[in-house]
Amino acid sequence: MKDLLKLRNVRRVAQVFFFSLFLFFVFVTDLRYLKGYPVSLFLELDPLVAFATAITTHTVYMGLMWSLLLILPTLLFGRIFCNWICPYGILHHFTGWLLGKRRADERERIEANRYKKLYSLKYVILIAMIAAAIGGTLQIGWLDPICLFHRSMSTVILPALNLFVPSSVYVRQYFHVGAWIIGFMLLFLVGMNVLIPRFFCRVLCPLGAFLGTLSTAALWRIDRDPHKCVDCDLCLKSCEGASDPHTQLRKSECFVCFNCIEDCPEGAISFKFLPSLKREVSAPVVPARRAFLGTLIGLGFFAFGRTSGASDRNYDKKVIRPPGSVEEKDFLDRCIKCDQCIRTCPTNVLQPALMESGLEGVWTPILNMKIGFCEVNCTLCGQVCPTGAIQRITIEEKTGTGPFVDEGPVKLGTAFYDYGRCLPWAMETPCVVCEEVCPVSPKAIYSREVTILKRDGNPITLRRPYVDPALCIGCGICEHECPVTDEAAIRVSAVGETRSKDRRLLMDGGDVSSVRDLEKRQR
Amino acid sequence: MSSLNQADLGPDSGEAVSRREFLLRLGLTSALIAGAGLAARKLWQPKHFVPGFEKETGLQLANYALEPSKVYPSLAIAHGTEHEKTIRAAMTALGGMGRFIQKGDVVVIKPNVAFDRPPALAATTHPDALRAVAKLVMEAGASKILVADNPINSPTGCFLKSGLTAVASEMNLDLMYPEASSFAPLQLQGEILKHWTFFNAPFKKATKVIGLAPCKDHNLCHASMTTKNWYGLLGGRRNQFHQHIHSIVSDFALMMKPTLVILDGMNVLMSNGPTGGRLSDVKPMNTIVAGTDMVSVDAYGYSHLLERDIAELTYLHKAHDRGLGNINWEQTLHKEVQA
Repeated sequence: MKDLLKLRNVRRVAQVFFFSLFLFFVFVTDLRYLKGYPVSLFLELDPLVAFATAITTHTVYMGLMWSLLLILPTLLFGRIFCNWICPYGILHHFTGWLLGKRRADERERIEANRYKKLYSLKYVILIAMIAAAIGGTLQIGWLDPICLFHRSMSTVILPALNLFVPSSVYVRQYFHVGAWIIGFMLLFLVGMNVLIPRFFCRVLCPLGAFLGTLSTAALWRIDRDPHKCVDCDLCLKSCEGASDPHTQLRKSECFVCFNCIEDCPEGAISFKFLPSLKREVSAPVVPARRAFLGTLIGLGFFAFGRTSGASDRNYDKKVIRPPGSVEEKDFLDRCIKCDQCIRTCPTNVLQPALMESGLEGVWTPILNMKIGFCEVNCTLCGQVCPTGAIQRITIEEKTGTGPFVDEGPVKLGTAFYDYGRCLPWAMETPCVVCEEVCPVSPKAIYSREVTILKRDGNPITLRRPYVDPALCIGCGICEHECPVTDEAAIRVSAVGETRSKDRRLLMDGGDVSSVRDLEKRQR
Repeated sequence: MSSLNQADLGPDSGEAVSRREFLLRLGLTSALIAGAGLAARKLWQPKHFVPGFEKETGLQLANYALEPSKVYPSLAIAHGTEHEKTIRAAMTALGGMGRFIQKGDVVVIKPNVAFDRPPALAATTHPDALRAVAKLVMEAGASKILVADNPINSPTGCFLKSGLTAVASEMNLDLMYPEASSFAPLQLQGEILKHWTFFNAPFKKATKVIGLAPCKDHNLCHASMTTKNWYGLLGGRRNQFHQHIHSIVSDFALMMKPTLVILDGMNVLMSNGPTGGRLSDVKPMNTIVAGTDMVSVDAYGYSHLLERDIAELTYLHKAHDRGLGNINWEQTLHKEVQA
């Protein structure tokens, strides 16, 4: 009974609980099960997300206030998040145990858990990310563990699960552009546990670095009584953070896993309230020149990305952002690449970008109409977005109905015909599937009946389609349903999106929008 | 392996292997050679084929229709203001649901939930209509009701927002999503449809089929009613159907021989079909049309609910000319009632 109540068992219960909670949230981020679950809770608890978006936007968006909840225990106990709550940390703890040197002799394990200079890399990474944020681009999502784990779940793990067990996750198989890159990154990070236990947590994790910095001020700390200590180093046997409890504890590295306390045969180690700091390395060790280099890299990332022009004049027509997205530069200030929007999208249209939106926009969501289309009566992506890159708009605000008639609908882009590929225009064949599926009323796609002479001399009457740009909302279902499936005869491009004044197509008023004006009057 | 190595490296390594070991090793190698040969022979594909032109086969759908009756009408038109009362009145006029459904029947109800729309926009089968039909079918003693459709928009969203998910859980109906494993190839002697992938999962156990369609305008083929409703049982590249839309829709009348079809004309989508989108596209017509002949039902729907000239509805004429139904509904045994 006493054995059962050991600290590490209590910790294991917490780990199983938080990991299961994370998996539960990931699974229910689906139209069928979503109800009111706070599925982005782990992202909202993440203080690095709140801190970095506060730098870029000077605001703390909605649920990000919850991150205060996590700062409190960090200031009291240190990086307790890393080994008790963080689902990605728990994944690496578990896979490290599964794949690592658990059967190797004690000495080998002790050696693997000694502090290495390499472990200060994460602070340089954090500094670079904060410097980039100060410059004006949010890049924490590359390595923030919660973003990284959510992204891996949405784009790789769940689709793979559904591939092996059809219909277990999706009614129809989901696809994600470049999923293999995210997949191999996950495998690499997990696999590195063989060489260095908790490789990601110790070496790369910017959130760990952030919490490590905060824990400099923690009130409770691991303390070793040098009079009882016999220098056997057994406290290193299961030390998760590689925080050197056998000598001068590195508080910023300590995951507060408590293994050292129970592994010490002499009872020399305890978790103490306000111990002397003399026996500690109490703050992160980052050489100033490395910190300076990190700053340069971060500012350089921002400058190189921005001056490449992808978020400005040279924007790509494929950068069609989800409904409710803020203007592109603000979007890059907010999006943490967690891909929760991609997880919840009911049509699979949302895809992680590769280079479409430039260096800064890797893995941010864009719409791919070949894979899906934007459902008119749906704003789920904005509901789960923790940072407001996609604002939490309502259906009425999206469709420009009810009190929002004067503003009109949110447009994601505009559909254009490629008449050379269009069956009724180029190939004497009836079609207009695009008109059928166009969801706005009156339809943005209309057709005119023409009778033409076919090549064989016989007349044929068919309907030829047109787009009314004043009515088109850029949802892309026309492109998605076009029978010319490799490169559709109608394609949506980003121009005309309402989120950006610079990228609109039509002026308000005037002849072209007369149908739209008529529609307003009818309502 | 380790014992072999020891033998090789030992002091007696020059000695010949024992007879037993010799036979074992020879036998193992021979077995491997023979096994590889047999496996290759078994898996050998001696002839090429032309990709995309393989011979196709498929299942044939059962006939779910009743024997034609000389006593009961084959078409009933009921006017009323409430779904349940009006559908009940129409069914009573046809001779009661008991005429179609017997105790123990497994009944597929095929609604039209092609689009992710709320019920008020009349682009999908109304939840009150499904509830009423399910109730009547249960009262007639059916053991199970399956509700299945393959929508154009995302299936989960369509069922949820049309209100049918709620009715299914409330009435304990089996809602079937179009999963990849739900489809099987279908074979048909249609004008255009010969082989197509079909949403077969619901029909594996079905004994009766009821089509429950809203009455809608359609941009290309003028109207989507009970015949066009079967579109939602097909999978694959349906966006090619528009190239021969009237032939294809008339082929549906050949493909499916339902027990009963019901056309919900309580609120009719008069314009901007088949998607609609505004309440001004919808007009209350307060009518339910039920019958055993989808061509008659649709003929009434087109002329009296959508209020258009039946002469232009090419697919219905094609179906009539091919003997798949009777477009002249006035000449059939019919009954018009008030709920």
